[in-house]
Amino acid sequence: MVELVAVAADLELGDVMAAYQNIFNRVRVHGEPDLGVPLPRGGYWKRGNKTFIQRLFGIFGEAQVGPGYLGTTGFLSLVFGFAAIEIIGLNMWASVGWDPVQFVRMLPWLALEPPGPEWGLRIPPLNEGGWWLLAGFFLTLSILLWWYRMYRRAVQLGMGTHVAWAFAAAIWLYLVLGFIRPVMMGSWSEAVPFGIFPHLDWTTAFSLRYGNLFYNPFHMLSITFLYGSTLLFAMHGASILATGRYGSHREIEQIVDRGTGAERGALFWRWTMGFNATFESIHRWAWWFAVLTPLTGGIGILLTGTVVDNWYLWGMEHGLVPPYPEVYPDLTDPAVAP
Amino acid sequence: MSSANRTISCLFALTLLTVSACERPPVESTQLGYRGMNMAEIDNPRAPAPETGYPPALPPAPAVGPTAGEVYRNVQVLGDLSVAEFTRLMTAMTAWVSPEEGCNYCHVPTDLASDDVYTKVVSRRMIEMTQHINSEWRSHVGDNGVNCYSCHRGDTVPEYIWYSEGDSQYGNRNFAGWRDGQNLPAERVGLTTLPSDPFTRYLTSPDNESVRITPLQAGVAPDMPPGGIKTAEWTHALMMNWSQSLGVNCTYCHYTADFQDWNLSTPMRVTAHHGLNMVRSINAEYLEPLRGEYPPERLGPVLGDAPKADCATCHQGDEKPLGGADAVSAYPSLVGDE
Repeated sequence: MVELVAVAADLELGDVMAAYQNIFNRVRVHGEPDLGVPLPRGGYWKRGNKTFIQRLFGIFGEAQVGPGYLGTTGFLSLVFGFAAIEIIGLNMWASVGWDPVQFVRMLPWLALEPPGPEWGLRIPPLNEGGWWLLAGFFLTLSILLWWYRMYRRAVQLGMGTHVAWAFAAAIWLYLVLGFIRPVMMGSWSEAVPFGIFPHLDWTTAFSLRYGNLFYNPFHMLSITFLYGSTLLFAMHGASILATGRYGSHREIEQIVDRGTGAERGALFWRWTMGFNATFESIHRWAWWFAVLTPLTGGIGILLTGTVVDNWYLWGMEHGLVPPYPEVYPDLTDPAVAP
Repeated sequence: MSSANRTISCLFALTLLTVSACERPPVESTQLGYRGMNMAEIDNPRAPAPETGYPPALPPAPAVGPTAGEVYRNVQVLGDLSVAEFTRLMTAMTAWVSPEEGCNYCHVPTDLASDDVYTKVVSRRMIEMTQHINSEWRSHVGDNGVNCYSCHRGDTVPEYIWYSEGDSQYGNRNFAGWRDGQNLPAERVGLTTLPSDPFTRYLTSPDNESVRITPLQAGVAPDMPPGGIKTAEWTHALMMNWSQSLGVNCTYCHYTADFQDWNLSTPMRVTAHHGLNMVRSINAEYLEPLRGEYPPERLGPVLGDAPKADCATCHQGDEKPLGGADAVSAYPSLVGDE
């Protein structure tokens, strides 16, 4: 089928024949919908068999939508997720006096705030952080159920559970920020507000309060893995696209008859940097870099305020920060100056 | 790339430039710290220049003859001046504060000694405040000092004054919609989502809590500044206001990798420290106690508090008000006894 598409596209381009187009293509060929591999029934929910063709999706990827599978955990996850979003959204709306226009205009600024520091880990009144606790509870429940759904679906399909564990890495950071660290610090007020700009201002305040997060080595690691992820993603994506004209993207066929597409990609990297990842290990590289981003980040957040109170001074003590000469040597803190 | 694609890309890039809040280069940069620390004062030479210099001083008046206190009734301040000097200062004050309204903005035309107009009572206290600032707060205003024009700039009510937001900053207090003092684009704090009224918390009394939020040791110590991240947001809000009031970056005073360190700060931070205490002092001792004198329309909309001062009241976007011009040498009576 893929072969047929390629030929048709080349024909349509006429004598231009510029390049093999492996994503964008005017010709659509549809066969019977793909309902997936047959499996023994796993539980209460039946497998779906409803599919349709979405032309727009076909421009970016696979045009077939469905069959979906919600399941008990997926259903409950959506219910709790909806509850969390409702609590957050309605609180935001209430904070502008239920004015729909202001709700839309001010949305980036609006937030549901965690309780103030005076409450510690006690349960505050609903409208002084109680809603935040409730929204956080429902959101966490929803996310954990969704995680279990990911895990179960993978097991049912006979796949590895890599996707679920990658998701778990992100959940770790989420839980550190919103639950584990606030509990260790003894105050819900240390947690992040639900809001677009407010969570960014929270981030700045966090760094200001704890002496500059950039000097936190786990934050450094997290950034390394984050930027490393984007670099690896670009290298891998580019390699496959660049050898797509030799069919390297057709993974199914490559298993049986590898051809020379991906081999050219491998040689390209040996030529340019002396070493290449294998077709399997590149995905391990990418997976670990992605997973280590929130994993190390979460460790860095967890150490802040619990073990280290001022990361810049920590950096000074550990040879990370160069001592700068004083440009104004007579300058002292006027609050303690004689 | 086709020409259509190129056009779309260019339009997209142009749109990004148009909607961003950036000012176009070049800007003028003055180095303020050790090289490599990125400490600089940034000025946009194309930005509208702040007002510079005071109105020309009136010709000196002879300090001979009977004093104002001997000749006029009800002279509670400046009574030691000669009648000529006293009249000269009154004339100057009219030009500084009520150039269009004239003497009658404060005086009953038929009885200049009368205190029936509230503005006369307020003016008397403002003269005392000016004397207090010029004598007790040289640490902030230096020898240039201030006079009425520093804040009034020809307006009866200075342009930049503030009232307490009281409970209104907390949003809807009934059931949902609590904002915890923040999360709307507040002009006082640079349209960020930071707390919109840091003034009431930090600028109303010499007994206000410290604005210092960053621990002075790397490890966790029992004397951590209280309140954690939420308190840091309040200090951050106040600093945004200062930056906006003076038209300067953080780096005008701070080394931003280590905000708290006085040894790496500029001397301007010391000036700002005294300014903070000065504003606390004048709000507590001079401005708020006038609450009972004002008519209702001059009082705050929420708490009915008196109009008060912050940095912008005098600075009005300039790091030195009116370009650092001399305000008092022509009017030495505005300097109180030290």
